[in-house]
Amino acid sequence: MSPDTISRWQFGITTVYHFLFVPLTISLSVMTAVLQTAWRKSGKDAYLRLTKFFGKLFLINFAMGVVTGIVQEFQFGMNWSEYSRFVGDIFGAPLALEALIAFFLESTFIGMWIFGWDRLSKGLHLATIWLAAVGTFLSSVFIIAANAWMQNPVGAVYNPELGRAELQSLGAVLTNPVFLTQWPHTITAAFVSGGAFMAAVAAYLLIKKNKEGAPAEDLVAYRKGVKFGSWVLIIAGVFTVITGDLLGKEMVQTQPTKMAAAENIQTTFADGKAPFQLLPGVELFPGLLNWLYGTDVIQSVPTLEQQFLDQGYLQFDSKTGQPVPGNTLQTEFASSLQDNNLSLVNLVCGDNATTCPQAIPNGTIEFWGFRLMIGVGLLSVLGGILLLIMTRGSKIPNPHPLLTAMMVVMPLLSLAAIAFGWIFTEMGRQPWIVNGTMPTLQGLSPSVGVGPVWFSVIVYTLLYGVLAVIEVRLLLKYIKLGLPEEVAVSVKDEAEPLSFAY
Amino acid sequence: MTIFDVPAMAPSALQVLWLLLVAVLWIGFFFLEGFDFGVGMLVPFLGKKDQERRVMLNTVGPHWDGNEVWLLTAGGAMFAAFPGWYATLFSGLYLPLFLVLLGLILRGVAFEYRSKNDSPAWRTRWDWAMAIGSLIPPLVFGVGFANFLKGLPVGPHETAFGTSVTLFTGSFLGLFTPFALIGGLLFVSLFLTHGSFFIGLKTRGEIHDRAQKFGSTLGVIAGVLAVVFVIWGNVAYQLPGQLGWLRTVAWITGIVAVVCIAFAWFMNSMDRDGWAFVGTTLATVMLVVMFFAHFYPGIGFDNSVNTGTPLDLTTASSSPHTLTIMTIAACIMVPIVLIYSAWSYFGVFRRRLSTANIPADVTTAA
Repeated sequence: MSPDTISRWQFGITTVYHFLFVPLTISLSVMTAVLQTAWRKSGKDAYLRLTKFFGKLFLINFAMGVVTGIVQEFQFGMNWSEYSRFVGDIFGAPLALEALIAFFLESTFIGMWIFGWDRLSKGLHLATIWLAAVGTFLSSVFIIAANAWMQNPVGAVYNPELGRAELQSLGAVLTNPVFLTQWPHTITAAFVSGGAFMAAVAAYLLIKKNKEGAPAEDLVAYRKGVKFGSWVLIIAGVFTVITGDLLGKEMVQTQPTKMAAAENIQTTFADGKAPFQLLPGVELFPGLLNWLYGTDVIQSVPTLEQQFLDQGYLQFDSKTGQPVPGNTLQTEFASSLQDNNLSLVNLVCGDNATTCPQAIPNGTIEFWGFRLMIGVGLLSVLGGILLLIMTRGSKIPNPHPLLTAMMVVMPLLSLAAIAFGWIFTEMGRQPWIVNGTMPTLQGLSPSVGVGPVWFSVIVYTLLYGVLAVIEVRLLLKYIKLGLPEEVAVSVKDEAEPLSFAY
Repeated sequence: MTIFDVPAMAPSALQVLWLLLVAVLWIGFFFLEGFDFGVGMLVPFLGKKDQERRVMLNTVGPHWDGNEVWLLTAGGAMFAAFPGWYATLFSGLYLPLFLVLLGLILRGVAFEYRSKNDSPAWRTRWDWAMAIGSLIPPLVFGVGFANFLKGLPVGPHETAFGTSVTLFTGSFLGLFTPFALIGGLLFVSLFLTHGSFFIGLKTRGEIHDRAQKFGSTLGVIAGVLAVVFVIWGNVAYQLPGQLGWLRTVAWITGIVAVVCIAFAWFMNSMDRDGWAFVGTTLATVMLVVMFFAHFYPGIGFDNSVNTGTPLDLTTASSSPHTLTIMTIAACIMVPIVLIYSAWSYFGVFRRRLSTANIPADVTTAA
């Protein structure tokens, strides 16, 4: 395998893995804070017990997110040094601000929340979990702004003397239309995973403890968990669909190759006639695709490929169907290459190419990644609806292996949907690391040999695999313990045991 | 001569400011994470019983994650303010940084998972993960910073765009010179001492007395290594362009660092836990300042062997526009971060711990 392939595998493995923990951290921090707020407002023990129970599961997950997150920040420089040098003037700032504004807030107040039950007043202690939740949100803002810039590099100019992109307008980076739709899509999807997790865990326990004859107040608490989790899942699911639709409408403009590959468009349909393909070749409703993406003309894969070979750029005006040369950075970079007798076509397709399939992302991955993201995501939402129906009124279903299987699968499906989404959007940006500007291959670290990258990707994979087994076992152990019995919270004197400790 | 050659310029005020800010972030990281590295390394050695080990872990429990953010912020600040520094350094030191990351993953998981299961085998395993995970980063950082003081060899590399970039030209094994190994051992021994004094400051009972004794022995080792390292580093190495007054600063801060270790050792033997910890804190701060005094203007690269564009403060930096925006953000956020971090240390988690404070029940483990 070539060095760029190994480094891409490593980035894919470590990022998809890291992002299993991130959406749960984002959503469970808020949902735990809501439960604790409900306890504070109502004084009901059920909410405190739920807070402690889901807080613990949240922390087991949070730890993994933290340790795998450090790898993310370092590997830009380690594996993608020329990417980092090229974009650092724009891309570095959100990463620095994420650490400075979000990570400090998150880590300090999570620490206070874990260890502060007996040292802070109730109001102050509640504030710490909310501040930690704010930290997770801010973190997502910065990192999605950075990623959206890679998808659509606005607000930047090219500096030919230093050979790099430079920030022209932070405002433009933060109002990037891709960012404004991608961030809500990411956040709502995070709540799909958190909702599915809480609903499934609470429902599993409700069914199990009911059979074991647990006290009524335990069942009441579990039922609250099922309702809260399911409603979060369903509402977040609806908003994920809406934001996903808006994001798709942006991408068909800024990344037509991604969407052409995702919808498997092999011929150009003008005048609102493009059908939607449910499966490859199964065409439904001519014009549905134009309606979905809000465009008159949808360019096909062969047209886009030929256009790139002829003119060196890939964007089209969706109303007129005419090619457009891209934003400031993209055009300035292309003309700077011309000054050196180079072009993007040379870099991506090689010299004197007559076809250039590598200018289009992998069709199979895009087509199926897109459909799996939507399909399994909707299945997990369906699970939430079923749970609400099965537990309506005072109903509690009897234990059944199929029900247990459903509880296991529901949160996994929501996380799989998110993983497919990232694979779809990142593979769909290929062959670019910065869309329409820097090819992925050119972003690689020239000073890192194949050996060290093989070494690191193998060790990461093995270590992450072992940690996944440990994490899941711990989660299962604490889920099976159920709600904690004793929940006394008091300010204690120096000689007494801490109410929470490592 | 290509159009990408940039004539040598004097660094701007913003570039100098950001070098200082990066230095502050590394100082914060080494001073704070330094003691929790020390505590982590000491867990299997200083804690004889499980309860004692848990006391040790709980002294840094609420803080270690926040301490680690200083490293993330330092990395992020280098990326944002000096992309050329971040790119060349992080790719050049691929394997050392990979080892650091493995160490940080191991110890991070060990903190959170160790006490969540009461099987002694499980706990012993995590205690060793904690110790090894806490040993690797300071060892690698010590070797690394010693190499930056000497200057990492760099050279030009032509890109496919027709531009030239400056990359690390040395080898992984070439980093392990005797001087660099002393740097690694110095960081490990200093943080062990720093960690012992932190435990001394934050605990009561048997564990407190044992930490004082450990610190006393380790402090001597750290002191001797510091004397050798400060003299060797300041006599033997000078990077091109280094200013005379900064050499003086490097000498003074190096000597003060040694004095601070001696002071800390003395205060520890006088049973003054707070002052002992202040001593190792100042020693750590002074050592990092000594390193950064050697980084101006070459930011730890040896350009005397570089035939291409020199990689230094000016050529590695971001545009003035980006530096200005980052400066505004830092001016607002750094004081806020310092205030709530200080509240966490001196307000909420002020008191000392003993084995009596550790709940026996595993289900209450955080």
